[in-house]
This record gives sequence, structure tokens and C-alpha cells, in this order.
Amino acid sequence: MTAISDRRQLAYIAAQAADARVNVEIEAEGMTLNIGPQHPATHGTLRIVARLDGELVTDAEPMMGYMHRGYEKLTEVRTYPQVTTLINRIDWLGSFANEVPFILAAEQLMEIEAPARAQHIRTILFEMARIANVTLFLGDMGVQLGAVTPIFYAFRDREHILNQIESATGGRFHPNFDRIGGVKDDLPAGWIAETKTSLGKIRSFCDEMEDLLVGNAIFEARTRGIGVIPADIALSYGLTGANVRASGVDWDLRRDNPCGLSYDKVDWKVWTHPDGDSFARYWVRLQEVRESCSIVEQLLDTLPSGPIMAKVPRIIKVPEGEAYAETENPLGVMGYYVVSKGGLEPFRVKIRSASFSNMSITPWLLKGSYVPDVITILASLYFILGDIDR
Amino acid sequence: MTLFGLDLVIPLKLLIGIAVVLLPAGTTVYLYLFKAVSFMQSRLGPMEAGPYGSMQLLAEVGKSLQKEDIFPAKADRTVFAMAPYVVLMSTFLLAALVPFGPDAYFVDLDTGIFFALAVSSVSVVGILMAGWSSASKYSLLGGLRAAGQLVAYELPLVLAVVGVVIQAGTLNLQGIIAAQTGGEIFGWGAIGNPFILTQFVGFLIFMIAVQAELTQVPFDMPIAESELVSGYMTEYSGMRFLMFFIGEFATAAIFGFLGSVLFLGGWQIPPFVTDLLGIEADSNWFNVIGPLVMVVKMLVLTFVIYWVRFTYPRFREDQLQTFAWKFLIPLSLVNIAFTGLLKVVF
Repeated sequence: MTAISDRRQLAYIAAQAADARVNVEIEAEGMTLNIGPQHPATHGTLRIVARLDGELVTDAEPMMGYMHRGYEKLTEVRTYPQVTTLINRIDWLGSFANEVPFILAAEQLMEIEAPARAQHIRTILFEMARIANVTLFLGDMGVQLGAVTPIFYAFRDREHILNQIESATGGRFHPNFDRIGGVKDDLPAGWIAETKTSLGKIRSFCDEMEDLLVGNAIFEARTRGIGVIPADIALSYGLTGANVRASGVDWDLRRDNPCGLSYDKVDWKVWTHPDGDSFARYWVRLQEVRESCSIVEQLLDTLPSGPIMAKVPRIIKVPEGEAYAETENPLGVMGYYVVSKGGLEPFRVKIRSASFSNMSITPWLLKGSYVPDVITILASLYFILGDIDR
Repeated sequence: MTLFGLDLVIPLKLLIGIAVVLLPAGTTVYLYLFKAVSFMQSRLGPMEAGPYGSMQLLAEVGKSLQKEDIFPAKADRTVFAMAPYVVLMSTFLLAALVPFGPDAYFVDLDTGIFFALAVSSVSVVGILMAGWSSASKYSLLGGLRAAGQLVAYELPLVLAVVGVVIQAGTLNLQGIIAAQTGGEIFGWGAIGNPFILTQFVGFLIFMIAVQAELTQVPFDMPIAESELVSGYMTEYSGMRFLMFFIGEFATAAIFGFLGSVLFLGGWQIPPFVTDLLGIEADSNWFNVIGPLVMVVKMLVLTFVIYWVRFTYPRFREDQLQTFAWKFLIPLSLVNIAFTGLLKVVF
């Protein structure tokens, strides 16, 4: 037997053993249930290996990596402007928000600052990406709990925002609009008025969700007190975004560190909820969509005139150095640690994506819950598979 | 009735029986599941197959018939193959009991409603068979959930009907209808006494329990597509899946029929209308009008079922049991006591 076939055989045996370990039938200590990789509730290819005692989850382990696309490695063979095309696909529902922190990190390295108008447009599109993303969550939570209608309203009303993103950037989902030193284009004529109309649609969608889900006794019974995360646990697991704000931690990078974005020029509020349960996470996100609408509206009213691009060399070479930039993305804090050795491509890029860190709490959180609550908790933590497996 | 010396009665009854199960199921699925729900969800629903997608059902059936009949590798093949038939059997047994006119019925049992509620739980056996034999964990969980749920909601269903039976003084379905037409509210008999008025609490409990018996949202934990993929139906494909589907929606329609018999006066129309038309309450006309009246009443009740189904999120298993045992059953017992008291007083 040659060495290769030996190795193959060993690998086969190991795979069989792993399968046997995971797919054990009913045993003395319970049943192992594979939730995923193909499962309606994981909206993607996440796998939760749950050990069950009846319907009680005694142990749960998330297995990630089914959709790993190697983005961190791929950035090393792309020039800086090309990278934004790639990282658009990380959180595919709020794509524009993925581009911003990377561009900010590159701008830090090149010591460029985008002009005020470009910063404004960035912030507007950033918040619209958040609205497009979280709107879908507000409907999807209903689907996970068995109410199929909200998701259709979410798709219907998200379309208004996507249309506006498309008419400004040319891309419905993947704008690739942010550039080092500014943004690609100015806003088209008439865009501001149209956007305000579409924000009105989102506002009425939020009111509809408030009536349909938040005020529903069954919805409350299914979410209140389910998946409670205390504030200290949330912080120790590295949770960010609405998940941590729903646990009562008043922490939002948009307010605390708005470098390169114009949040400090707007009057807005960070929403928190003391409970830390699934209901709180839904409620906080609902309020945040409303807040985003008001942020975009204020920014549209105060849009300064001026250039949309700083002075940037034709061929972008980033000087040697290291930079880290992070923003408050729809799913939580997203950061890019960019190492440059000088030259056209980054030497190394580390992506800190929110969903990956948010997933880390699942073994702690799912233990002791029931199978239906697993779905509620996963839905309320709100992850995008592309954001877990980059 | 003979043709070329062949007795046609039994084949005709068979055909009508199949039509009684399939026609209401098809109508409600197209009207509500495909169309009304689509309009609620701001979409059009099927539009391509036939005018306004009215041939969509045929397309769906054709698709299902062409599909491969897949048996999971570890499935208990016989039980797996039989389960959908058991579920359908309960549906057909129910359909046989529904009266559509003074003479338009298959069987007229003295213990009609008792028998109906008894055979409606035969489907539990089929669902348990499907859940166990699929050799899939999701199916097993779904089957067990279904068993627990259907047993829990059988009780409020029966207890809700007891109020009607006390008022009508009979278990016979035709008798219940006659009691409603002939009844009067404080001496006023223009609309008879449809039991939805005097047994409103019973009607509400009945509709809730029916929703649970049919495993429709908010009581669809046995299927729970976001948790258990498709519950006990997960491993079924093609024709057998179609049979579960027919069983589910035909039973919904037949419970609509039963609900209209129990609470809305069945195939009868209000007495003042019969007086205006100048026909007797049990004249032959009602063998023609009766089925239409029944279908209209059934459509009203099934609309409520689908309306609720597409509005509410689903309960959790323990919340469902709590709701049944701690709320519905005590409430229906109070209802029975109250009805009995009034029956004695008046």
C-alpha cells in the first residue's frame, strides 16, 4: 500500500468516525440533532450540532466554515480598489457597509481624508445599507417563529431602499461605490426627494411590524425571556451591535468613534434595552431602523456642497504601515486590520466580522433551551452566513 | 339506477365521495392558500397556469405525480408507504358523515357527531406512523409533537361540541340542523337559532381546536418548517406527499362543513327566507340548494382558518399544551355547565 492511499484510508476512517460520533442514533444520554448545514432556519450553510434530551438541548456546538471563501487571503493578490469588489460579498444584505471600514483603513495608511460631501454620501449609503439589511431581519424573525407574512412585507418595502441604492451606485446589492479618498460618483438629480419618499415607506413598514409582531401575544410569549444574555456575558463573548445594546450596554461606534463618517453632525439616539432577551434584540433593531431613517433624512437635508473626491494619485500605492479601522455595521462591529509593505496590494488583511464573534456565544446560550427556542435565539442573534465564513 | 344491466349506484357514490373530498379541498387551496393569502402578502400568487392561475392545482398535481417516490434508506418501507393512506382514510370517513341536504348524505348515524370526532383522530395514527417510519430525527420529533398536540386538542374539540349537543338534544347531524332551523331566540324564530349565537364560546373553542387539529399556524409545531424542516412529512415526496397535502386541506374543508352544521345551521337557510320562497324546510329543493349553502358556509369558516394561519406566529410545544389544558378545557367545561343550567331553566 502506497503512502497516499494509506493516508486516504486513514482520512476515510477518520471521517467515518466523525460521522458516527455526530450522527449517533438514540443513545442512553440522548439524541444528536444536526441543525444544518441544509436547514431552513440557518439561512445558509451553518451547522449546529445539538445534543437533545427530549426537546431540551443539553449541548450545542456551531460548526462554521461550510461557506468559507478565503477572502482574507484573496485580498493579498488584489489591488486596493479591487478589494472592495470582493468584500462587498461578506455581509451581502448590507454590502456598502462592508466597504467603508476597509477604505477608512487604507485612507489612514495613505493619510488622506475624504471631503465633507463624500463623507456625507458615505454615511447616507451606510445607513441605507443598514436599513436594507435590518428590514429583512424584522421580517425574517417572523418566518422563524412561524408567521410567514412579515417577510413579504419586508421584501416589498426593502425594494424601495434597494432602488435608491441602485440609482445612486448602479448596484442593487453590491454597490462597490466607495473609493479611497471619496466616493465614485455624486448623487443623481432628484435622488434626495425620492429617497425621502422611500424612507417614509420604511417607517410605515416599522409601524406595521410593531402591530403585527411586537404587539402580538404569541410573539411575546415566544421571545420574552428566551435567550437572555446578561451584559457582562455579552461583552466577554465579544458580542457587538444590537445584540449587546439589547443587553443594556450603551455602546455604539457610530456615536463613540465616528471617524471618517458624519454621524457627529446629526442629532440621534442610541437605543438600548435592559432585558437582553430575544424580544429586546428585535425591539432594539426595530428602533434602530427608525433611527437610521431619521439619520438619513437629516443628512440629506444638510448635504454640503464641494468635491466628492480628495486628491488621490492615479495609481494607488499604499505606504508601508499598519492600520485598523472599524465601523458599526448592521450586524455589529466590523473591522479591517490592514498591513501594507508598500505597493499595490495589501500584504495582509484581517477581517473582524460581527457575525463570527456573535456566533461564539451560541454554545453558552443554547444550552438548556428547547428546540423551538434554538430557532428563536439564532434568528434574534441575527447572523449572515457570508459574515461568519468570510 | 342501471346502465346496460350494471348497477350504477355504488360507482356513482364512490365518484361523489371522491368529489366531496377533492372539490372543497381544491377550491379552498386555490381560493385561499394560493390567492387570498397572496393578496394579504402583497403578491399575486399563481398567474401563469390558466386565467388567474386557476389551473395551478392541476399543474401541481401533475408535478407531484411525475416525481420519484423516494423511500429513505433506513425507512420501515411498509409503514412508510401506508401512512398517507391512513391519514386520508380519516378524511374520507369524516366526509361520509357530512349532510348536504335532507336526502343528500352518505350515512346518517344516530351518533353522527360523536363518530365524526372519533374518526378525525385516526389521522394521529397515520402521522405517528409517518414520523416513526421515516428514520429521520426531524420526522420523529414532528410525529411525537403531532401526537401530543392532537391528543391534547381532541378534548376541547369534543367538549366544545357538547354544548351544541345539549342544546340540540341529539348527536345526529341532521337533528342538530333541524334543531337550529326550528329553534327560536326568546320566541323570535325568523332566523331560527343558529348555535353560533347561543354557543359563541363553544364556537370559538371549536375553531381554535380545529386549527390545532389541522396543525395550522399558530399550532403547526408538528410541521414547523423553520424548526423541523417539514416535520413528519420531511421524507415524503411525489404522490405520497400529495396525499398528505390533500389529507390536510380536505380535512380543513370538512371541518369547515362540520362547523357549519354545528354552528351555522348546515344546509338550511334562515326560516324567513324559506317562508318567502314558499318552500318547506325539508323539501326536495334543498338537495340542490343545500350543497351550495354548505359550500358558502364552509368557505366562510375555512377563510378564518387560513387568515389566522398567515397572520400569527406559532406557539411553542409547552405553551400549546398549557393553552389547551389550563385555558381551553376549563373554559369549555364552564361552557358546558352554563349551557346545562340554561337548558334546565328554560
